[in-house]
Formats: sequence, C-alpha cells, structure tokens
Amino acid sequence: MSILVFAEHDNSTLKADTLKTVAAAQAIGGDIHILVAGSDCQSVAQEAAKVNGVSKVIVADSPAYEHQLAENISLLVTELAADYEHILATALTTGKNFMPRVAALLDVAQISDIIAVESSDTFVRPIYAGNAIATVQSLDSKKVITVRPTGFDPVATDGSAEVVAIDSVTDAGISSHVSDQLSVSERPDLGAASIVISGGRGMQNGDNFKLLEGIADKLGAAIGASRAAVDAGFVPNDMQVGQTGKIVAPDLYIAVGISGAIQHLAGMKDSKIIVAINKDAEAPIFQVADYGIVGDLFDVLPELEGKL
Amino acid sequence: MKVLVPIKRVIDYNVKVRVKADNSNVDLANVKMAINPFCEIAVEEAVRLKEAGIATEVIAVSVGDKSCQEQLRTALALGADRAIQIETDEKLDALNIAKLLQKIVDEEQPQLVILGKQSIDSDNNQTGQMLAALTGMAQGTFASEVKVEGDKVNVTREVDSGLQTIALNLPAIVTTDLRLNEPRYASLPNIMKAKRKPLVVMPAADFGIDLSPRSKLIKVTPPATRKAGIIVDSVDTLIEKLKNEAKVIS
Ligand SMILES: Cc1cc2nc3c(=O)[nH]c(=O)nc-3n(C[C@H](O)[C@H](O)[C@H](O)COP(=O)(O)OP(=O)(O)OC[C@H]3O[C@@H](n4cnc5c(N)ncnc54)[C@H](O)[C@@H]3O)c2cc1C
Repeated sequence: MSILVFAEHDNSTLKADTLKTVAAAQAIGGDIHILVAGSDCQSVAQEAAKVNGVSKVIVADSPAYEHQLAENISLLVTELAADYEHILATALTTGKNFMPRVAALLDVAQISDIIAVESSDTFVRPIYAGNAIATVQSLDSKKVITVRPTGFDPVATDGSAEVVAIDSVTDAGISSHVSDQLSVSERPDLGAASIVISGGRGMQNGDNFKLLEGIADKLGAAIGASRAAVDAGFVPNDMQVGQTGKIVAPDLYIAVGISGAIQHLAGMKDSKIIVAINKDAEAPIFQVADYGIVGDLFDVLPELEGKL
Repeated sequence: MKVLVPIKRVIDYNVKVRVKADNSNVDLANVKMAINPFCEIAVEEAVRLKEAGIATEVIAVSVGDKSCQEQLRTALALGADRAIQIETDEKLDALNIAKLLQKIVDEEQPQLVILGKQSIDSDNNQTGQMLAALTGMAQGTFASEVKVEGDKVNVTREVDSGLQTIALNLPAIVTTDLRLNEPRYASLPNIMKAKRKPLVVMPAADFGIDLSPRSKLIKVTPPATRKAGIIVDSVDTLIEKLKNEAKVIS
C-alpha cells in the first residue's frame, strides 16, 4: 500500500505543515512518497528527502508548476495516481484548490479536512463549523484526502529518502498566472506560531492593530483577525481566522475585541489556552476562554504590553 | 453570455447545530434554513454581471428535495432569470452533485459558472473544483474579484499568503469567497416577481448517472467541550495565571 503526499512549498522552502500531513500518512500506514511539484524547486526536494518515514521524493520541476495552477497540478497528480491507494494534501489554499479536481478526474470522492485517522478507509472531520465531528468511511478504492494541520503533530526531519525527477510536464493551457499580492511579515506564520493574538471589530481601525504588535513582539506571537476586521479593511485577508479563514491551534490564543461568533470559534477553539479581552461581559467568546478580562481594550492592551 | 449559479439550501449561519442523541447525524428538525452564504454571494455576482451588460441570462440551479425551491425563489428574487431544481431526496456526495451539474452545463453551455467556495454545513469545499474537472474548464477558486475581459476572466483569489490573480480561458468556473461582494436584500416587489419566474423540476433519476454513495457516515459526535474558564480582575492576575498556571508564557 503506497501513499502520495503533496508537498506545500513556495519553490524555495517546504512548508512545515507538510510534516503534519506526513504524520497523517503514517497514521494510515504504508510506503510514503512525497511529490514536489514546482519550478526551480530543488531545495524543497532536498528538504522533503529529510522528512521522517518517507522513502521517495518525486520532483516535477517545470515552469508549468511554478504557481501551483490547479489545472496543471491536478493533471500531474492524476497521472501519478495509478501507483497509490491514498493521495494526501494539506488542507491549505493550494491543496483545497486542486485536490477536488484530482478526485473528480479519478472518479472518486474527496474526504476534506481530516483531523484524525481511524483506519485506512475511515477518517474523522469537523462539519458545521466544528460544531459536529463526523466519522466517515470512504467506499472508493482510491482515497483522495486533505489533512487539517491542527489535527496532527509534525514528524521529525531525520530521514533520507531517494529523490527522483520526472520530466513529464502536464500543462492544461487554459489558465495562467497574472500577479501576486503577498503579505510580507517578519512575524511567525499564523498556522505555525505557538502564540496568536487576534483583533476584531473592537479594534476600530487598522492603526490600532499597533496595540497588538507591541504585545506580539514581546511574546513572539503571530497576529490574526476576525472576519469583521478584515471586511472593514483594518488588515489583509490572510490574517482571517475562522471557518473560512485560517484554522489555528496555538498554545495561547488571545482574542481582543472579538465577540466569538461560531465562524470565528471554528478557527481557534482547539487552542490550548484561550484569553479573551472584551468590554461586553456577555460576549460568547468568554464561553470558550480560559481567562477573560472584561474591560476596554484601549486600557487593557497598553497595560499588558507594559507589564509583559 | 449565460451564467449558471448552482446553489445549496443549508442551515442558517446564525444557528448552532446540535448532534442527535443517537449520534447518527446532526438534528435539522425545525431548524431555520437558508441559502448558503457563499452561494448568495455567487448569485449576487452573476446578477451584477448582468446589470453590467456582460451576462445575458442568469440561471440558478439546486440539487435537492422540494424544499430547496425556497432557496431557488430567493435566487430569483435577487435577480436570477430562471431556475432549475434537480430533484432528489438523497444527500449526495459532492462528486455526484458535480456530475449532475455537468449535465446542466452540457445543455445550457454557460460561459461562466459561479458557485460558493464551500457550504457551511458539510464544509467540503469541493463541488466547484470537481465540476471544473468534469467539464474540462479552468477554475478560479476563493474569488474576491472577478473581471471578464474578452474571452478570458481574471480572478483574484484569497490565498494563504495574500492575493493571487490568475487569468482563465472562458468558459470557466469561479468559486466565491466572502469579500467578493455584499449581496443585496431582495425587495418585496422582486420577491413577488420571483414567484412568476420559471422554475423547472428535473428528477435526478432521469440523468442516467450512477449516484450511489461514495462514502458512509459512521457517526456524528459533538465536539470536545472546553472546561469553564474564569474572569480575572486585573492584567497582573492574567499574566500571573499565564505564567504559573497555564505555563504558556515565561
Ligand atoms: C459564511 C460565513 C463565514 C464566516 N467566516 C468567518 C471566519 O472565518 N472568521 C471570522 O472571524 N468570522 C467569520 N464570519 C463572520 C462572523 O459571523 C462574525 O460576523 C465575525 O466573526 C464578527 O467579528 P468580530 O467578533 O470582530 O465583530 P463583532 O461581532 O462586531 O464583535 C466585536 C466585539 O468587540 C467588542 N468591543 C468593541 N469595542 C471594544 C473595546 N473598546 N474594548 C473591548 N472590547 C470591545 C464588542 O463587545 C464585541 O464583542 C463568517 C460569517 C459567515 C456568514
């Protein structure tokens, strides 16, 4: 039984979440291969070769894969699929984009966003914004699965897999990349940070997020936001935490001026410790918080920063 | 050009769903239902394309039992021209939904199919991409901006690292993210008018597609509950607790 894991990367480094997807593959059990599809992505392949429990790294290096266009990547993965019983990708925007395409081309269902493996055909996944947890058995011979990173602990990077290049290039020729508008931040990645501090509508404007930055600097934290804060233009979209944004589960999550709508909770309620700062004692965020401060964030934040 | 908008009837987003006592599924009895918020954004986008003179006709389609006609009427009230219900009592996998929609695409030949990126019940995020694969179309998922230019559509996508803009040959599939637009409210006259717009019912069984399930729901359980927390009276206490009790900061 063989498992193909699709590597998330930016053509230069392997995204750490891939180590969690490999953990899911290990829980399924079998010979694990990693596919690195990209352009000028040899350094990613070298990193992937060190991932624990992986026997082979397949590298497809072509300009056609540079931007991970779903049309091209899905053809490549489908071409390789014959050798595998399970195909796994991380449930981040790249995997979410191309994997259902792979499933449909293979005429199988996809099991999205798994958080646990029960057996080689049975998986656990949240539904209804995490308000229910479903155990689902796949009835297809091939399993196409996306893995939610918060469900698994990363595997070690002490392996030495063989690296094989393939030169078949699958270019569907129906889509092309135009431009990227990437957010650059010196802070840790939201998904990888052990502390996250998020601001909501209560922050009132983008400038006030500076109040969070001082604290984030002291704690080495990433900064997140609610949908309301993103919609209002306080901060960019990649900071949104929630059902339809990023799913995080840090050791410490500090929610500031966030009411705690179910869609927001869906993205953070598996955090180890939750702190809520809100002036409304009735705000639902306090129902999931380990520690709450009822107060005005404009008083609490400067004091917190000063005392840390 | 024609725009096809597949939509789904789901639990209202304000409702917190409960799991049935026998763990067989969630309990949807007497729960308020609505058009999936992402699908509503899809309808709005299609209607705006029509208002901008780019789209000529907007067709809403839904797969489900009779009750989804309510959401199709909502789409008609928002400005869709006609609706198709693909009738089935089964809860179908996304792949089977995509196969049914493929037949509608074959028949209607839309230049653009706009869907919600995910439904807030199953949270699958699959149907649009699967339909794209089955029809051989390009896809622009998680869209926050859609611009039709000649025989191409430029789609700006919300991705983990920011925004990405891609160009797709038409016909193409777009799936919506939250910031694509803010859907309008249907006016009373438009709700009345929607009642007279055409709504065709096509039994799924007549499509000649094997709709047998691809997965089996073994059980549904409530999520782990968090233990009750405390309100602290000062920032000092908070810092002390985080250091010594929770041990998450040093
Ligand atoms: C389909 C769908 C998907 C969604 N996905 C997401 C998602 O992924 N992520 C997400 O976050 N939301 C999501 N939402 C939106 C969600 O329903 C809420 O609207 C949103 O989370 C509210 O954001 P908020 O808590 O910042 O704002 P509000 O609900 O307006 O809360 C603001 C809070 O700030 C407090 N406050 C105000 N001023 C102060 C002050 N000076 N000091 C202290 N506290 C103060 C208030 O008491 C209030 O509790 C989604 C909604 C839908 C329909």
